[in-house]
Amino acid sequence: MTSHILPKRVYYTIFGILIFCTYLTVQIAFLDLGAMNTVAALAIATFKAAIVVLFFMHVKYSTRLTWAVVIGSVFWLGILLTLTLSDYLTRVWRTYG
Amino acid sequence: MSHDLSRAVSGEAAAHSSHHPALAHHFDSLAQQTEATTLGMWVFLVTEVLFFGGLFATYMIYRSWYPDAFAVASHELDIVLGTTNTVVLITSSLTMALAVHAAQLGQRKLLMTFLIITMILGGVFLGIKSVEYYHKFVEHHVPGPGFQFEKEYFRHAQIFFSLYFVMTGLHALHMIIGIGIMLVMLYWSWNGTITEEYSSPIEISGLYWHFVDIVWIFLFPLLYLIGRHAH
Repeated sequence: MTSHILPKRVYYTIFGILIFCTYLTVQIAFLDLGAMNTVAALAIATFKAAIVVLFFMHVKYSTRLTWAVVIGSVFWLGILLTLTLSDYLTRVWRTYG
Repeated sequence: MSHDLSRAVSGEAAAHSSHHPALAHHFDSLAQQTEATTLGMWVFLVTEVLFFGGLFATYMIYRSWYPDAFAVASHELDIVLGTTNTVVLITSSLTMALAVHAAQLGQRKLLMTFLIITMILGGVFLGIKSVEYYHKFVEHHVPGPGFQFEKEYFRHAQIFFSLYFVMTGLHALHMIIGIGIMLVMLYWSWNGTITEEYSSPIEISGLYWHFVDIVWIFLFPLLYLIGRHAH
């Protein structure tokens, strides 16, 4: 099951995409996109992390239980970040309300 | 009575010789054992995600409060060294993936070579990081009594640099631990513990190494690339 051996070419391809994305994220940082700069940087970083998890860490070929744990980690991280933001970003509302 | 006992003991010895030496008694097969160790490593990595998650949450709050100070302070970081380190770390992830590949095929020499290259790249990363830290000390950008910065952002830039040192410092600590793990894996590869059937120690060490790479994938844009277009 887990001893699913990927061809080497998969690793080289992922490596190439990761390097290209690094180049892309540095280039985009020098453009003035306003608030979209942060969105673009995080979108590229998330994409890079996703392909590392799926291919370098073999999650794409793992059991459903492993999938559940990986998705669970993203889910709890999401709770941590969004609920924290929902507090801090709405505190100023009182000042204007 | 003693006869039964000795038979039980020899029976156990026979059971020992009939299965792979790396297979623990509470597992039915090596495949089941590998599945369990992989899952266990992932559960550990979840705790790591939330450990770093707390730091990212702190970063998020302070950056939303002081976006200008964060952008100005971020410009003080060396983008060339930061980008170089990103490439070094991604390359080490590739060599780690290739080490796992060699382990799965039982290619012992290739496995050892890739483990050594991975460790060297980890060392290069830490070397570049220490050069950056040295620059920060020289430029008085280390938070504390000796901190110097333009007056307008003096206090809030210290928050940025505190986060910079804590986040990259804990990441560097993970790299040092990772290199330690690779040393053990190198020894196990050399002494024949790692075989084609029993490559899971290399696989789960690889999971740890890739995780540390992923943390850097987020640290790099968040610390080095804020508002670069403005200057």
